[in-house]
Amino acid sequence: MAFNIIVLAKQVPDTRNVGKDAMKADGTVNRAALPAIFNPEDLNALEQALEVKDRFPGTKITILTMGPGRAADILREGLFRGADDGVLLTDRAFAGADTLATSYALSMAIRKIGKFDLIFSGRQAIDGDTAQVGPQVAEKLNIPQITYAESIENIEEKSIRIKRRLDNGVEIVECPLPVLITVNGSARSCRPRNAKLLLKYKHAKTVTERQVQNLDYIDIYDSRPFLNLTEWSVADVEADPVQCGLSGSPTKVKKTENVVFQTKESKHISDSDFEIEELIKELLENHTIG
Amino acid sequence: MNNLFVYLEIEDGIVADVSLELLTKGRSLANQLGCKVEAIAAGINLEKVGEQIFPYGVDVLHVFDDERLAPYTTLPHTSILVKLFKEEQPQICLLGATIIGRDLGPRVSSSLGSGLTADCTSLEIGNHENKKEGKVYENLLYQIRPAFGGNIVANIVNPDHRPQMATVREGVMKKEIFDPFYKGETIKYDVNDYVNDKDLIVKIIDRHIEKSKVNIKNSPIIVSGGYGVGSKENFDLLYKLADLLGAEVGASRAAVDAGFAEHERQIGQTGVTVRPKVYIACGISGQIQHIAGMQESSIIISINNDPSAPINSIADYVITGEVENVIPKMIKYYKKNSK
Ligand SMILES: Cc1cc2nc3c(=O)[nH]c(=O)nc-3n(C[C@H](O)[C@H](O)[C@H](O)COP(=O)(O)OP(=O)(O)OC[C@H]3O[C@@H](n4cnc5c(N)ncnc54)[C@H](O)[C@@H]3O)c2cc1C
Ligand SMILES: Cc1cc2nc3c(=O)[nH]c(=O)nc-3n(C[C@H](O)[C@H](O)[C@H](O)COP(=O)(O)OP(=O)(O)OC[C@H]3O[C@@H](n4cnc5c(N)ncnc54)[C@H](O)[C@@H]3O)c2cc1C
Repeated sequence: MAFNIIVLAKQVPDTRNVGKDAMKADGTVNRAALPAIFNPEDLNALEQALEVKDRFPGTKITILTMGPGRAADILREGLFRGADDGVLLTDRAFAGADTLATSYALSMAIRKIGKFDLIFSGRQAIDGDTAQVGPQVAEKLNIPQITYAESIENIEEKSIRIKRRLDNGVEIVECPLPVLITVNGSARSCRPRNAKLLLKYKHAKTVTERQVQNLDYIDIYDSRPFLNLTEWSVADVEADPVQCGLSGSPTKVKKTENVVFQTKESKHISDSDFEIEELIKELLENHTIG
Repeated sequence: MNNLFVYLEIEDGIVADVSLELLTKGRSLANQLGCKVEAIAAGINLEKVGEQIFPYGVDVLHVFDDERLAPYTTLPHTSILVKLFKEEQPQICLLGATIIGRDLGPRVSSSLGSGLTADCTSLEIGNHENKKEGKVYENLLYQIRPAFGGNIVANIVNPDHRPQMATVREGVMKKEIFDPFYKGETIKYDVNDYVNDKDLIVKIIDRHIEKSKVNIKNSPIIVSGGYGVGSKENFDLLYKLADLLGAEVGASRAAVDAGFAEHERQIGQTGVTVRPKVYIACGISGQIQHIAGMQESSIIISINNDPSAPINSIADYVITGEVENVIPKMIKYYKKNSK
């Protein structure tokens, strides 16, 4: 038994440690000031795929990402950790996509990849923060979805059993394949890069990267086909341009603003017994407490 | 036609708070728009749903009562909403940004080709101009939400597709009875017209749901601890003070991550949103994601050894000192002075 697996992974700015310089005066995010990383929960998703591959050799894992040219870093990162193949979906026509247009584009690329039994995505990306792309891709492909997955309890040729992490508990569900599974941050973290794979795929490149970098050892790409990362445009996946990018997005960002909080005039109190007792008395008198 | 719909989350026949909060907000938006509020109940034991929700100003309740709809699974609930929305053509649909709403909302929006805005913190009605096409849209739903880890807020509109769909977290909107005697109409459906066998392929094998023990959301006073509290033992001081004041204990994410407090107590963007009468922040620096969940507290008291901690700028009372020193004094003087 072996499976064909697609992992959806997004390159995101690291919004978890946003410093002052990361925000522009007009309230927009200066992406250039934030390191671009593999979306954290997509690494959890990749690990789930790798565990299936551990158990069923012959399983093939393809990483699919949509983004600008530099998102090819995500594909290499996935290959270093054990994925077999990478596809970069990139085209100016994809720019400005909301989750619906993103899902449409990803689903067209998945149709082009063709055979799949399982699709893993992260629960949520840390920049858009919507958790919508997974379920929407599933809908576009007309397959079921299992969200908030924490682990695979059992997998057979035609069905899978998944443990889901809910707010106040867990749920075990069973579903026929193919299915799309969104993986929670509480799932096992991803294994590190493998040194051998790092050596093997270090020079893996997309067509565009090869052209702009004008490499001298260009013939290695003919002798080692695994170094060629697939790169697809709107036309390559036979997508309808109107349904992609900004034009395919029902939601429009009207305005963004920096978050500012109303500052208050505060009363300052030291930690002396006297001042704390005065404070408590005041709070009791004006019925704030008690 | 073109009304505002709310999807109800129901467990054991009880409508979830988040749904009642959405009905409250929905009623006020509908008043502005001059449209009706309609609610959808899909599941079992729905007899008492009407009496729970009509006082919130619901005009029509759509009932889908069927064994196969509980516990919730994605596909049958999606099929119901998709077909019902094709028939009813709502202009707005609101769902909780919960485990269920965030599973169902995107699937429905994809099927209908309509937009969906996640985790809104504010919903308003306003106009929108598309300057390029010289087109003005009246009475759109402004869907305001944080993004980029809470560092920005975006106002999102959905000019051309219906329904305008949005999810909202529990606790973000206020829950308020509109009229205790309000009466709406109930429509019962034959679920077979909406759900087919293919929707039932996902099976729930086992389910453990524990009722939450802590109820910080409804507590009038919250004593909240951050990383600066230092240890689980020091958190006991917070529990002592909370006991005296009749308060609940909350926590920042850093305190939860450090194991000082349970996850259920986390306040903030990825935790619970609270608006108590009094919020006592102990050893909390006041990062944007924490403030997002407590800024509407009426009175904020900050205890911090750093006088320039960001939380101090939104506090009414700033106590500069060590948590482990200040709290015992507060306990002592509270005991002494409360009669
Ligand atoms: C300020 C702001 C607010 C926004 N708000 C909304 C909104 O409310 N509604 C809306 O529809 N759009 C919104 N968008 C657009 C949205 O962020 C983008 O469409 C984004 O590309 C996908 O959404 P996400 O980051 O939320 O991903 P999520 O839906 O959170 O991602 C879930 C998973 O899907 C997969 N995935 C997502 N994107 C890709 C990709 N490009 N390639 C491969 N896999 C991927 C990953 O596995 C990821 O873990 C907003 C954008 C901005 C800038
Ligand atoms: C996407 C995202 C979502 C997030 N969601 C949330 C969320 O929902 N809720 C949340 O809280 N955070 C959230 N965070 C994390 C947030 O950014 C902060 O890291 C966190 O709030 C910091 O917690 P803290 O104030 O307890 O810790 P710190 O920032 O470490 O602050 C500790 C404070 O204690 C003070 N202190 C130290 N010792 C003492 C002492 N002995 N006595 C008195 N004061 C002392 C220090 O001066 C400091 O001000 C989120 C982050 C991201 C990126």
